[in-house]
Amino acid sequence: MDHYTYVHALVGGCLIGFASLIATALSGKVPGISGVFGRLLVPTTPDKSWRLLFLIGLIGGAALSFALCDSAAVFRPMRSLGVMAVAGLLVGFGTRLGGGCTSGHGVCGVGTGQKDSIAATLIFIAVAILTVFVVNGVNL
Amino acid sequence: MKPLQNNGNEVAALRPLPHWGKLFLIFIAGGLFGTGLAISGMTDPARVIGILDVFGKWDPALLFVMAGAVGTYGLVMLILRHLGSGSLKLPSTGSSPIDRQLVIGAAIFGLGWGLGGFCPGPSLANLGALRTEALVFVPAMAIGMVVAQRVFKVDRLSVKG
Repeated sequence: MDHYTYVHALVGGCLIGFASLIATALSGKVPGISGVFGRLLVPTTPDKSWRLLFLIGLIGGAALSFALCDSAAVFRPMRSLGVMAVAGLLVGFGTRLGGGCTSGHGVCGVGTGQKDSIAATLIFIAVAILTVFVVNGVNL
Repeated sequence: MKPLQNNGNEVAALRPLPHWGKLFLIFIAGGLFGTGLAISGMTDPARVIGILDVFGKWDPALLFVMAGAVGTYGLVMLILRHLGSGSLKLPSTGSSPIDRQLVIGAAIFGLGWGLGGFCPGPSLANLGALRTEALVFVPAMAIGMVVAQRVFKVDRLSVKG
C-alpha cells in the first residue's frame, strides 16, 4: 500500500516535464495535449502518426500506473455526468480558442517564459478558482 | 521499414534517428507523460478541485506537480538554447499576441476545468481505466474542439501543439 505524498506530486510533475521535452525534441512542436489531440480531429493535419502514438502511450502509461500503484489509482469524481459533459464541451472549445491547456500553456509555455502562455495560464487558473468557489457554494 | 519521410512536418526533428525509431520514442514519451499524470494525482478530480478550492478546503499538493513539470521543462530548454541544440529543431519561443481570442478561450477553459476537475491530459489518461466520467468528458471535449475549429473557424494553429 503506498500513500500519496508531495513526493509523488513532484516526481510525477518531473516526469510530465521530461516527457514533454522528449516530445518537443522529436516533433519540433510544443506538445500541448489539447493541441496534440485537437489537431487529430482536423482531416488535413499532416503529422497525425506521432500525435496518435503519443496519446496511445499516454493512455497506456496511465493504465499501467493505475494498475501498479495504489495512490495513482485514487479516483474521486466530484460532479454528475451531466456536468462533466458540459465541462468537456467548455474545455474543448476553450482550449482551441485560447490555443492551449494546462500542458501547452501551463507547462511548456510558462516553462519557456512565453508571455501569451503566462497570461493564458493566469486567466484559466483564476477562472477555475472562481468556478470552484461558486460551484461549491451552490452545491452543484 | 519505410524510408525516412521528411516531407514537411512528419517528425522532422532528430534526423539521425530512423522514422520508426522516432515514433517508438514518442510512444514512450506518451507513456511517461501518462505515468506522470497518474502518480502525481492529476487524474483524481477531487485533488484537482482541491488545489483550486483556495477559499475552502485548499489542498496544495498539485503545486508540486506544476513546479516539477515547469522546472524540468523550463530548465532543460534553457540549457539547450544556450548550448545550442545541434540537430534538434526546437519550436520558436515567440509569443503570439495576447488578444481577445486568447483571453476568452483561456477563461472558457478555466470555467470547464473548475466545473469538472478535468483538463485534457488527465481526462485522456482516465480512459486508461475506462472511467465513466472520462468516457463522457472526452467525446464532449472533442465536440467542443470541432465546434471551435469548424463552426467558429477558430483554432490558434500557430503555437501550442
